[in-house]
Amino acid sequence: MRKSIVLVATGLIATPAVAGQMNVSVEIPRLRVAEYHKPYVAIWIENETGEAVTTLDVRYDIDMRNGEGTKWLPELRTWWRRAGRALKMPADGVSGPTQAPGRYNLVFKDSARPLGKLAPGAYKLRIEAAREVGGRELVTVPFQWPPRGSQTASGQGQTELGAVTLTLKP
Amino acid sequence: MFARTSLIAAGLALGLSAFISTPAEAHRRWLLPSMTVFSGESATAAVDAASSNQLFVFEHRGMALDNLTVTGPDGQPVQPKIIGSSDLRSAFDVPLTKQGTYRIAVASSGLMGSYELNGQRQRWRGTKEELANIPAGATNVQVSDNSSRTETFVTLGAPNDTALKPTGRGLEMVPLTPPSDLAAGEPAKVRFLLDGKPVGDLKVEFIEGGTRYRNADDAQDLVTDAKGELTLNAKQAGMYYLEASHAVEGKDGQPGRRASYAAVLEFLPL
Repeated sequence: MRKSIVLVATGLIATPAVAGQMNVSVEIPRLRVAEYHKPYVAIWIENETGEAVTTLDVRYDIDMRNGEGTKWLPELRTWWRRAGRALKMPADGVSGPTQAPGRYNLVFKDSARPLGKLAPGAYKLRIEAAREVGGRELVTVPFQWPPRGSQTASGQGQTELGAVTLTLKP
Repeated sequence: MFARTSLIAAGLALGLSAFISTPAEAHRRWLLPSMTVFSGESATAAVDAASSNQLFVFEHRGMALDNLTVTGPDGQPVQPKIIGSSDLRSAFDVPLTKQGTYRIAVASSGLMGSYELNGQRQRWRGTKEELANIPAGATNVQVSDNSSRTETFVTLGAPNDTALKPTGRGLEMVPLTPPSDLAAGEPAKVRFLLDGKPVGDLKVEFIEGGTRYRNADDAQDLVTDAKGELTLNAKQAGMYYLEASHAVEGKDGQPGRRASYAAVLEFLPL
């Protein structure tokens, strides 16, 4: 599901950025359902051709015995196809436990794992959530890298995800 | 429920019988996997095998599993766990312990036919070499070289194509888009081979499962191009059935050739 985005340039810096930082804030909505399980979430970056450049964050049932929690990772269908199936889980610095409803914030730094060194260009931040006995949703936030000044872009989920905010800093 | 029979009846009425190569009694044969995309170190694919008119309903007969072969991502055979057969269905599990794509197939080939001897009709089955054993006095010899293949594909982790290599026998489909990557709204390419060679102008039927819940089976009638290729377009996510057959009548003592192919493919939502 593609969401319209709001890009707000809060400042402009004349010299190109040497290093950049990316703050991602994801809201997991509280749902009134009979059987609630915290969602699996994957956050990754795609380039203009739709290729996954890097996976930033994966939330799944990481503590289940014998890695059983990996069984449902393909429910994050788009991520699984584009990136997930080629990764070994758990992945250091990428995977973590599922999150309860609320906001969670992540910070990624240029040239450091898992963001790495992004070539200048147009990208999409993609956030996909899938919930056991629930639904699936994909939110996309396009952005340019490297950022020229501080910028904020956002997307809005309707069912499995709430607001997603991407803040870029040079 | 009567879609098939009435279609054939209509075909006959319109004098189109030559276009219909499947006999009226042919039910659709299918291997239906629980899912086609798996993850983790190991997983189990549960498969049902049956023939029926409705997709995918157990309403006719379970499929014999004598000719079941499962090829693993390394090209080696995988031992399926046979659960059993009832009147209406057969069931087995496939343990997935290696990362990659598995081909699950029920395939058979051989010569079959009949002849008349001293006014009695005799059925015959054997190999090309055994054709010589048909008694010298036999008349009205009708033999055809048959091959049939029914298959499906499942993938643990990232796909690979080792198990997808054609055997070179009968009618086969080579998925050009990995069978784990099929998505609703995204065109998928496949290539058809007859005895290992691309077969152009082959009629292929492509049907979404759940025919029981529609008034018509809404089959897409597709035709391969000169390279034996065609594009599959699934509007909605779901399990799809694909079927093709090729028939050439025998003449001048040469056996005829009949080859059929069927597969179940899963298209996921994106």
